[in-house]
Amino acid sequence: MEVNATQAGFVNIIGAGLAGLSAAIHLARLEIPCRLISVQPSERAQSVLAEGGINGALDTMGEKDTVEAHCEDTLRAGCYLADPAAVRGLAEHAPEIIRFLDGIGVPFNRKDGTIQLRNFGGQKKKRTAYARSSTGKVLMSALIDECRKYESRGLVARLSHHAFSALLFSGVEELACAGVRVEDVYTGKSIDCTGAVIFCFGGLNGFFPGMTTGTTANSGDAAAQAFAQGVRFGNLEMIQYHPTTIGISGKRCLISEAARGEGGRLYTLRNGKPWYFMEEKYPELGNLMPRDVISREMYFVLRDPDCGGQVFLDLRELSGEIWKQRLPDLRAEVKHYLGLDPAKAPIPVEPGIHYFMGGIDVDEFHRTNVGNLYAAGECCCQYHGANRLGGNSMLGALYGGQAAAEHLAGHLPGMLAPLPAPQADNDCADPKMILQISEILLSALGIARDGNTLQSAQEQLEDLLGCTRNEREHSRIYLALAIIRSAAFREESRGAHFRVDFPETNEEYRRQTVAHFDGQVKMAYRASLETTP
Amino acid sequence: MNIRIDILRRATEESPPWWQKVPFETERENTTVAAALNELNSGGFHDIHGKLVEPIRWDCSCLQKKCGACAMVINGRPCLACDAVLKTAAKKGVVTLEPLRKFPVVADLMVDRSILFENLSLMKIWAEKELVMTDRATDAAYDASRCLQCGCCLEVCPNFCPGDDFFGAAGFVPTSRLLASMTGEEQQRVCAAYASHAYEGCGKSLSCAKICPAGIDIEHLLLRTNAQMFRRKHDRM
Repeated sequence: MEVNATQAGFVNIIGAGLAGLSAAIHLARLEIPCRLISVQPSERAQSVLAEGGINGALDTMGEKDTVEAHCEDTLRAGCYLADPAAVRGLAEHAPEIIRFLDGIGVPFNRKDGTIQLRNFGGQKKKRTAYARSSTGKVLMSALIDECRKYESRGLVARLSHHAFSALLFSGVEELACAGVRVEDVYTGKSIDCTGAVIFCFGGLNGFFPGMTTGTTANSGDAAAQAFAQGVRFGNLEMIQYHPTTIGISGKRCLISEAARGEGGRLYTLRNGKPWYFMEEKYPELGNLMPRDVISREMYFVLRDPDCGGQVFLDLRELSGEIWKQRLPDLRAEVKHYLGLDPAKAPIPVEPGIHYFMGGIDVDEFHRTNVGNLYAAGECCCQYHGANRLGGNSMLGALYGGQAAAEHLAGHLPGMLAPLPAPQADNDCADPKMILQISEILLSALGIARDGNTLQSAQEQLEDLLGCTRNEREHSRIYLALAIIRSAAFREESRGAHFRVDFPETNEEYRRQTVAHFDGQVKMAYRASLETTP
Repeated sequence: MNIRIDILRRATEESPPWWQKVPFETERENTTVAAALNELNSGGFHDIHGKLVEPIRWDCSCLQKKCGACAMVINGRPCLACDAVLKTAAKKGVVTLEPLRKFPVVADLMVDRSILFENLSLMKIWAEKELVMTDRATDAAYDASRCLQCGCCLEVCPNFCPGDDFFGAAGFVPTSRLLASMTGEEQQRVCAAYASHAYEGCGKSLSCAKICPAGIDIEHLLLRTNAQMFRRKHDRM
């Protein structure tokens, strides 16, 4: 289909993963046309990497699970930093979302016609619907087909191989979005697309190249540009280290939490003997404690001189049936990358960066601080607070895309006249500069943080500002500074943010950090969240 | 480990291709072609003539064999760069990298695979009505859902030619995902598309089954979907 960039009434969606597809499909169902803009087609989106499953209180396992329990588990795991109204919307819609996915042919594991649910971290009930160990991939295949239906009707126009360059603003109102400038990565040509915008461009992996479990195609440029143009970000300090990752060529590879949900056990060798430290320290949930807790325990265990300096994931007691029906891809992956069969030998694992709870600051309808601009999926700060529950990321992306689309449908802007955009500076950031920024961030944003290291990182980044050659490098440093300053700003420990100099949780900080840019990086706190633990 | 990486380069689709031969040294035994390309693109590498290696254009995303972005021809065989270990792939210390040949080249190793998605649109691969998944259908639907749309199957298919009516495994595998749980008129519609764009053009060489980087059991899906199509025809007679 020929894409008309200036045609009125189109919504521009940046990113074609789960959140982008969900937004496009829901807009199309409401007969609102959109452009689905992405550098690579949906098949290459990070969403295909999601493995374990998607949460929803379907209660098919006879455990009396409820929406309230899902809501409470999500808020508790997020250390009461998430917006309770938004989380309620998420949990309430989850069963309906899973039924919708079932209806478009997602082959969830099922028995006697009923969708099966598995255990996942931080939840006492079986609540996670799954398709063996490639849930994200099979969800994406079904949603891509569903979206194609609307493409054929002219309601979704795909602009593949196009990258977001900049927001276009309207002259009518201050900080109201009138569209986006995108660049064709094949030809280098820029085009301006008018209309409201939904950002679905994923997390901040591009700030940590090679060090996360996410896609390497995410450069971080979109987030940096949005920040530099005045889009507000929240909870940037909340970076999830997944406890079970392995190093493979060029990145970290996730060993899904499903492995522990199916009975996997973590241990280390203490004085030469296996010590199942999670089971000993947390008898109730053991190896299924939330990810922040396990990663922190691993951090301490790895520094214990009596321990062997390595944590293992033991899956040797899993039955043949579980390997075949629930974790087949995981087994194949470990065999391929580590040359060991996890059914016969324990897997050496380490915590690795997996998810960014922080991102673009949005309200429960996914509106940003900029008019006509929404954000959904991992690029936004919503639902997960200080730590995300496994099984809630795909749900958050799907529901977020839907919530943004539905709200936008009722608030479509009229004719938008973008102000003349400044001359595009599409020069890329120097790979060496990207690496330098990443090293500074990593030095201060590990599992354990402290004020002095954060201060030093801030100074190094400020020094780097003087060495930049183009706008992209400049914007990247500003957002990096915002991440560091968010971590320094929160003088307490909560969820994924552990400060050795402030090891306790301080209820005065039960607030979202907010970073924004208006020539310089500014920090603030959002008002206190009305949540009762 | 010292390996020479020979890359078929071209600035644009119209530019003449040329080989750039780059000496590459790594101490890691499991370095993949994808990791090597990322390293070369980090800057500072020179080819055997001392010429600086300008950034090599190629597609990559997950580096875990789950997205299909990095498909290319490595030592004559189409595969994923993230799946090809340099040491194993090398022949007499040389690894050659070329773009997939059945798609237009954008630059270097980057190709435009839009035709894959256009073909699925032509086949109308979607469901108008709600699908009813059964326990029995789950296995086939799951396997078919894992198709990467990488294009490796088309590269080795003797019957696929871009622009023709036969769309190859990249067309029929997603079809079998839908057919696993489709019934009634919808099933008839998709079976007809399958017949025209898959069954009738397929010479059953099954090269696709051997090359699929996702390890999809294409032969099984083919047999299953053929049977479904014939049952459907028989029912109508």
